[in-house]
Amino acid sequence: MLPKATPREELLINLRAAYARMWVRLRGSNREITGLVAEIGLPILTIGAYVILYRAIGLPPTAGAAVIIGGAMIAFWTNVLWNMSSQWFWERESGNLEMYLVAPVSRMSVLLGMAMGGSVNTSIRALGIVLLGIFVFQVPFQLADPLSIGLVFVLTLVALYTMGMLFASIFMLYGREAWNTANLLQEPVYFLSGAYFPRIYAPVVPFALQAAGSLIPMTIGLDAIRRLAINGEGIATVWPHILALIACTLILFPLARRALNYMESLGKKEGRLTLRWQ
Amino acid sequence: MKRDLSIETKSLRRLFKGIPGKGDVVALDQVDLEVYDDEIFGLLGPNGAGKTTLIKILCTLLLPTEGQALIKGLDVVKRASQIRRIINLVSGGETPGYGILSVKENLWFFSQLYGLPRDFAKDRIAKLVDQLELQDYLNTRMSKLSTGYKQRLNLARGFVNDPAILFLDEPTLGLDVLSARHLRTLVKDWIRTGGKTVLLTTHYMAEADQLCDRVGIINRGKILACDTPQRLKTKVTGGATWKIEITPNLSELESVKSIPGVVGLSTTDNIETGVTTLKLVLEEESVMSDLLSKIRENGSKVLNMGKSEPTLEDVYISLVGTGME
Repeated sequence: MLPKATPREELLINLRAAYARMWVRLRGSNREITGLVAEIGLPILTIGAYVILYRAIGLPPTAGAAVIIGGAMIAFWTNVLWNMSSQWFWERESGNLEMYLVAPVSRMSVLLGMAMGGSVNTSIRALGIVLLGIFVFQVPFQLADPLSIGLVFVLTLVALYTMGMLFASIFMLYGREAWNTANLLQEPVYFLSGAYFPRIYAPVVPFALQAAGSLIPMTIGLDAIRRLAINGEGIATVWPHILALIACTLILFPLARRALNYMESLGKKEGRLTLRWQ
Repeated sequence: MKRDLSIETKSLRRLFKGIPGKGDVVALDQVDLEVYDDEIFGLLGPNGAGKTTLIKILCTLLLPTEGQALIKGLDVVKRASQIRRIINLVSGGETPGYGILSVKENLWFFSQLYGLPRDFAKDRIAKLVDQLELQDYLNTRMSKLSTGYKQRLNLARGFVNDPAILFLDEPTLGLDVLSARHLRTLVKDWIRTGGKTVLLTTHYMAEADQLCDRVGIINRGKILACDTPQRLKTKVTGGATWKIEITPNLSELESVKSIPGVVGLSTTDNIETGVTTLKLVLEEESVMSDLLSKIRENGSKVLNMGKSEPTLEDVYISLVGTGME
């Protein structure tokens, strides 16, 4: 009879798998320098268009700062959609999903590795966007409480990538549908999160849409970081944001886990786990 | 001496949803199979016979509709995570891994999915690289490898956790003759280390004959026969196996197949010479006169004919009724 793995062995094997998956993402994404340049350079063009527009219509320089933060945060949303949510789909297409499913690791640890790798990678790009944005457009920031900014940023990433884990689980069995849904979620979120429209957001967007936008952790985190980094507010004003981000993570993580188990078991039942182009 | 069972299936059945209005497709039908420790077991069958479905169930990738599948006595449905620690799967034609990573990086990554400690993983990888002759490609990106070397990497992945049971689903698909031979040698050497089992599916009769201790012939989800290659061949020698070369090919193949006493027939065409080779398994030799008449009626000329030693292909033809083509 085969011995069962002890909880310590289980933990070790899953940590190793998560680390390895993170390493693959980091190594893979940074091996080709052209990708890095494009991922920092192209958002700067979009950001630049908005900064120039806002200057032209006479908005204060802080509007430009808000757009730069928005553009940096958008990089995370794009990463969550295309490199996290659709990841099982890509793994299946390349024959890797079968390899993961036969291995004795929790699929959640693989997703965790993807999330860690994705967030570190995108942080490097986001930092590049912010620094380049500041250098090129000379926008003002007030970093009165950098620790709080760091805390909110980390909580935003955790909540956002947990949402990515949930999407990845849901999309596990879907091909074109996952692709279309990711497309569908991209542009509306750009708008609803107010990433590029900080000053006109509240008066123009109806409350119901603002509420829908707030379901995405990035919107909450973006607002909190702008308050801290541009308005110079302290942590006391962003407590509701912090609590909302923690609540998002606590709700989304078990949901992601359940969704993953459900989809895997459905896939095994229907024989769709390793079928391609369905 | 009673040997320990590595793999066991009991009345295993798997249905797939078919085209609407056509009913379910039976991929596996009441499959009973026993594979023992230290054994290379081959599953032979045409496309759609149920070979991959069976392997997927045993690898915990698919649930059975009915019946039970056991790995080392553990149920594949209830004890999947325990089973995954001691198995691995290599599918021919698949190249898991990341193209942007090198061979060495990919192998390290695979080893971490099985929780191998760093130094242990390093030693294992070095050994596999040596065995699979991947030394010159260690730092080459996977995307730049030829099909054969990608398949070698895929095989190295299969061995990385030194599984107790290795499932090889058409592992030599797309490999050149030398690489395929190399793989067979590797599998044979590996099984000699003791306590290992290989379940192999293949289209290639010679491969099964050379490599497998026992062979199961599967068609339409049913195991038709299961024994050592030698015993299976002996079973068909009760009849007669013949090889007949004709030209041109038969216009009505079915008319030959329907001759009473013809157990199975397969044909191979040589496009260059226009010669067709018929491989026949007959109940008895007296059928031959009817057969030759039918060939003449079809307008074909017999160029050469003779009795042949039974091969696994003859066994297959006699059981399934046609060749693997």
